[in-house]
Amino acid sequence: MTGVAKDPWAKLRAATPARIGLGRSGAGLPVKANLEFQYAHARARDAVHRSVDWEALKAQLAPRAVVEVASQAPDRATYLRRPDLGRRLDEGAERLPATGCDIAFVVADGLSADAVQEHAAEVIRACDDVLGGLRLGPVVLARQGRVAIGDEIGAALGAKLVVVLVGERPGLTVADSLGAYLTWGPERGRRDSERNCISNIHLKGGQSYDQAAAKIGWLAREALKRGLTGIGLKDEAPVLAAAIEGTGRLPED
Amino acid sequence: MRIGLEEREDLHPGRQPLQEALELQERLLGLRRLLEALQQVRQQPRQDRPRPVRAQRREAVPARRDLERVAAQAVLADLPLTTFLSEQVVPYETDEVTRLIVDTHDAAAFAPVAHMTVGAFRDWLLSEAATGAVLARLSPGLTPEMVAAASKLMRNRDLIAVARKIRVEAGFRNSLGQPGRIGSRLQPNHPSDDLKGIAASVLDGLSYGVGDAVIGINPATDNIPNAIALIKMLEELRLRYAIPTQSCVLTHVTNSVEIVNRGAPIDLIFQSVAGTEAANRGFGVDLKLLDEAHAAGLSLGRGTVGDNVMYFETGQGSALSADAHHGVDQQTLETRAYAVCRRYRPLLVNTVVGFIGPEYLYDGKQIIRAGLEDHFCGKMLGLPMGVDVCYTNHAEADQNDMDVLMTLLADAGATFLIAVPGADDIMLNYQSLSFHDIAYLRNSFGLRAAPEFEAWLEGIGLIDPAGQLIDSGSGQQKLIGAVA
Repeated sequence: MTGVAKDPWAKLRAATPARIGLGRSGAGLPVKANLEFQYAHARARDAVHRSVDWEALKAQLAPRAVVEVASQAPDRATYLRRPDLGRRLDEGAERLPATGCDIAFVVADGLSADAVQEHAAEVIRACDDVLGGLRLGPVVLARQGRVAIGDEIGAALGAKLVVVLVGERPGLTVADSLGAYLTWGPERGRRDSERNCISNIHLKGGQSYDQAAAKIGWLAREALKRGLTGIGLKDEAPVLAAAIEGTGRLPED
Repeated sequence: MRIGLEEREDLHPGRQPLQEALELQERLLGLRRLLEALQQVRQQPRQDRPRPVRAQRREAVPARRDLERVAAQAVLADLPLTTFLSEQVVPYETDEVTRLIVDTHDAAAFAPVAHMTVGAFRDWLLSEAATGAVLARLSPGLTPEMVAAASKLMRNRDLIAVARKIRVEAGFRNSLGQPGRIGSRLQPNHPSDDLKGIAASVLDGLSYGVGDAVIGINPATDNIPNAIALIKMLEELRLRYAIPTQSCVLTHVTNSVEIVNRGAPIDLIFQSVAGTEAANRGFGVDLKLLDEAHAAGLSLGRGTVGDNVMYFETGQGSALSADAHHGVDQQTLETRAYAVCRRYRPLLVNTVVGFIGPEYLYDGKQIIRAGLEDHFCGKMLGLPMGVDVCYTNHAEADQNDMDVLMTLLADAGATFLIAVPGADDIMLNYQSLSFHDIAYLRNSFGLRAAPEFEAWLEGIGLIDPAGQLIDSGSGQQKLIGAVA
């Protein structure tokens, strides 16, 4: 076949998801590459600003017991500006049953509604297989919530360990990445160094639901056995810690 | 200083707010009160920026905050520069960064401006008397607090006009900071540090003439064996094409020292730094450790045209998140970080201005302002200042804002800017500039790469003698041919 120019970048492009070999119009991006970039940015922005459809999420979680609460951030704009408000429990605290449990799951929208909508219920379901024999609390849905809101929720529930599933800050390539943060002995004022994080849970080359659940299960049992999460737990599990830290993602909050 | 509020009255619908501002200003007068007022200005983080979390409070009437800001600026303008030598915002006794600033202050260099208030200093900076050479001589006599205070009385155009006068030259394998030139860091990050993937991004960037400031990787996995693998790969590329530039893997200084000890071919020593001892402790560093790292870097003698071996990043708002800010505003803290940097005669310093997110800088307007402030403050303290012109997806910003900021910074004489393939960093999940953007600044404004690097680009057939990219693709073929 003639007339088809060989693309010199084809082989290299296969080596990385980076936007290489885009070509140029003068010193500018060609229109196609520019539109692709804008499309990806629009999708990421939508993931940040879209609201989670909590009713749909409740239906996905049925027949599990679900409690809905909200943070002190009244709207999305305030939420983005004031991370401190997103960490504080406001509405619905009185509905949290102080009956005690081993593990409570909290689902917070974080910075990606898409991540929560797509993956949160699936991760919780996958955890059923690895958390057998432990007492699970209700699943708490925290509107406009960040990771640390799980501290107050866990304390109110009397949970020994809280697992917060939260939408991570979206990138242009993946806008629906979910993170899981485990905190033993949840109470207000826990530091980030007292948590363990499993990042990058999504279906575009990230951690699968089963992989994430296996790590959550291992960390949860170790945390309950030793009475801690965070740096202390990582130090004693170098292999797992390396796998978790190897994602290279920033913590969501 | 009386800022002539009366004269500006016609700009406002009613007299009441102005009266309030004046009364507030009156209340703030008196030396002890002046210092309180200074603290109040400092509680206002960078101009137009949301307050630091701890200082935030609900305010009934937002307009009142604007008035307070103007009144506080007026008070600041009246403050003698010498106040910053006698009063420390972070205690000397408990903070080694304050001790560094005070103990290395050059009183003789400071003498020409010692009689000035902050307001008079700002006016003088804009005057023709303050030439680049004069400002370079003055630099060791300035403290970060003085420079940050002046920046609060300057508009964006003022920050550009003054920074543009100051050229800071530094060198390693090429010469950075010369007039009429702008450097670029080629940032080829990859989510799993895949060597071939990173090499592909490096070649892409080189084909746009990017990479004279440094080819610098943020590793996804931060450990010593991985860093050595990346360093060796970059060294191999550099030697294969005989590129007159330097490489860096942005890992912790303690890792870099160990890498030096293991004999790996490391060019630049990198570290993130902040403006207080406590915040630096959050980064796991202190001045002693940085001294050792600097000495380790120098011991290799790998630079050919200069011995500036350090690369620092600032702007992470780390003092804030580590609760190590001592109630001091962000701009002063950021500029104190530059005082740490200048101790080590770095090759490169850049602020990662929009990287944190909207809790720090909410939108494009604030990112642009902060980028210009940081660049100005760094240049005033004698640093080869660069900027990561960037934003996250939860900030109210987009590539249009970055277009504005990079163009302004190019005009302001930034030493270098950071660029990634297609403006999309696939490992750190944020947007910076693209390789194309560096080519735009060179094509549209006639700015050039570092001279040694430019000669190499021309030799391999990527640019013409005017510094413009060549369309034929033969230079690209030479680059790619060796690996594809």
